[in-house]
Amino acid sequence: MSSPRTATSPRRCCRRLLAALGVGLLVAGCRPEAVGPQSPTIARIRQRGRLICAVDGAVPGFSTVASSGRYEGIDADFCRAVAAALLGDPEKVDFRPVTPAERFVALNSGEVDLLSISSTHTLSRDAAGGNALSFGPTFFHDGQGVMVPAASGVRRLADLAGKPICVESGTNTELNLADRMRELGLPYQPLRFQSGEQAYPAYEQGRCAAITSDRSLLAGKRTGFRNPSAHVLLPELLSKEPSAKVTVQGDPVWADAIRWITYALFQAEESGLTRATVAARVAEARARPEQAELRRLLGVEGDLGRQLGLPNDFVVRVVKAVGSYGELFDRHVGPATPLALDRGPNRLWTRGGLHFAPPFR
Amino acid sequence: MAAEPSSHRPSAVGDGTPWWRDRRVVPWIIQAAVGLVVLLAIAFLLGNLVRNLTAAGLLLSWRWLNQPAGFDISESLIPFNAQLPYWRALAAGLVNTIRAVLVGLVGATLLGTLVGMASFSHNGLLKRLARIYVEVVRNIPLLLQLVFWYFVVFLTLPNGAAALQLPGIVLAKSGLYLAGLGEGLRWLGPQLVNGVWQAPIRLTVEFAALLTGLIVYSGAFIAEVVRGGLAAVPKGQWEAASSLGLGWFTTLRHIVLPQSLRVIVPGLNTQYISLAKNSSLAVAVGYTDLYSVAETTLNQTGRAVEVILVLLAAYLSLDLLISLLMNGINHLVQIKER
Repeated sequence: MSSPRTATSPRRCCRRLLAALGVGLLVAGCRPEAVGPQSPTIARIRQRGRLICAVDGAVPGFSTVASSGRYEGIDADFCRAVAAALLGDPEKVDFRPVTPAERFVALNSGEVDLLSISSTHTLSRDAAGGNALSFGPTFFHDGQGVMVPAASGVRRLADLAGKPICVESGTNTELNLADRMRELGLPYQPLRFQSGEQAYPAYEQGRCAAITSDRSLLAGKRTGFRNPSAHVLLPELLSKEPSAKVTVQGDPVWADAIRWITYALFQAEESGLTRATVAARVAEARARPEQAELRRLLGVEGDLGRQLGLPNDFVVRVVKAVGSYGELFDRHVGPATPLALDRGPNRLWTRGGLHFAPPFR
Repeated sequence: MAAEPSSHRPSAVGDGTPWWRDRRVVPWIIQAAVGLVVLLAIAFLLGNLVRNLTAAGLLLSWRWLNQPAGFDISESLIPFNAQLPYWRALAAGLVNTIRAVLVGLVGATLLGTLVGMASFSHNGLLKRLARIYVEVVRNIPLLLQLVFWYFVVFLTLPNGAAALQLPGIVLAKSGLYLAGLGEGLRWLGPQLVNGVWQAPIRLTVEFAALLTGLIVYSGAFIAEVVRGGLAAVPKGQWEAASSLGLGWFTTLRHIVLPQSLRVIVPGLNTQYISLAKNSSLAVAVGYTDLYSVAETTLNQTGRAVEVILVLLAAYLSLDLLISLLMNGINHLVQIKER
């Protein structure tokens, strides 16, 4: 319970931090929040020594348990990035698989520190009078799609009139489907399942004529089907689904930390930092004082990280652990993976996409 | 009360006994202390709840009940659409729950009684089958059984013209179709129209799977209750009936079963209450019951405490109602003492 404060007093700790920036692991256990901002969540995580991160756990490319028993995917790696930034070790994460229906309760009850599940950022979920949650920047730009068996002859949403459609209960997709079918004046039968573990097998067994969810999730789930090529996505988009990382409303310091860890992933790609090259770039930044922007980003000068209640070199830790956003995307959901998703709006703003990090200064 | 010492017990107050050995005072003190601890615990929990909810800006509010639900319910006995408020959605869910519970109660009682009676059969095979059914079903979690009925049995049914067809009944992946009174009060059987089955009575496979699961599961427990009740009737009753020349079934029907009711009914009460509560597992097989609607409502409104309170109140009322009815029946079957 009580940590040896004498060994990690803020002043000594920070002197050490400056002295050994390249070897970030040395300063694991440093307590910069003693001088920086206070956050109950960060304090709790530091005391526990582990981050408790909620993931879906059953969406290929986003978070699944690989055959090695490790959680893998873009959402799982985000948890590792946070653990690396905060605790110095990307493996200090306890993954908690939660269903969409129980995720917000799990977060608000303090059972988990962070939701790294595709959660659409909406007004009512954000507002204090609604779900009262705190959303980070959009991590994945998605849209709601509809998947049907290729042999069914369904080509448009209107072809689904009167037919059963599988949907996960408690999701935005459930509401979007209701809105859209009402707009089109189409009768339909929503078959509501508590989780994907029930909804997707029911669809695959032919109980529903279609299943609806975020397009990336549909593409991910399809890779697990017996015959993935027998299912197609309808061209229509039912909604825009910007999914973001979610924290509790009452801890703005923690929310800021998550926000800037997300931005760090975007900025790393923009600045050309990769998992392989980041160590060399740190050495370069330390050797060349004129590279002010890079030095600030990597925590060689200034105190940007400490202002957030994070170690000053949190960007370096994040990139070392999981790479830049581009690397994350390519590794888990990009064209070279079974999901084969196009970057689309998930490109950086410099390449015509929507991902944008405000200045690190 | 200290003012009137009872006659048959010596007064403890007047004869110098200290108060902590006074049999009239000590129980009161103990009960008051226990009551105080319970009250303090409740006050602490409630205070904690209110404090934390206030801190999170989520103090109890019921305005959301009147906002449009925004989601649809495919299978509802009362009219419902997405524009209607949340309370209508919850009501539709409650009606669906009650429907499953009522049909389940009747089915499980019939099945349980038959199996319980079969345990007393002279037919060895029937007796063994009844035992095997009870032991297998009783020892497998209900959730697993529901998933089995839904995914392994009902969802592997063929569709369209290949569906299982019995006179007046069609079992297809899209649902269970039963003959009934159709338009103009004509008796109508299931018909295949453009590859889609049409029938006066249509049950979804979700409802059918839930119902089968509940009936088979509760039936096993009720069979044990019935068996226990029958076993409680003295053997002499069987022998007396037999000496009068009555057959097995007549003996059971007219002599043993009526006498065993006073043992069976209290046991049934427990089973009925379990069945009502177990119906909330419907969410696992896609049947839109109260719990399923409440879960979506909770997620859309973020009103976790309020929605859970509604759920608690609904299931509590349902179970108390069942208890009340069963206590009435229990009163009827007890031996009348005059």
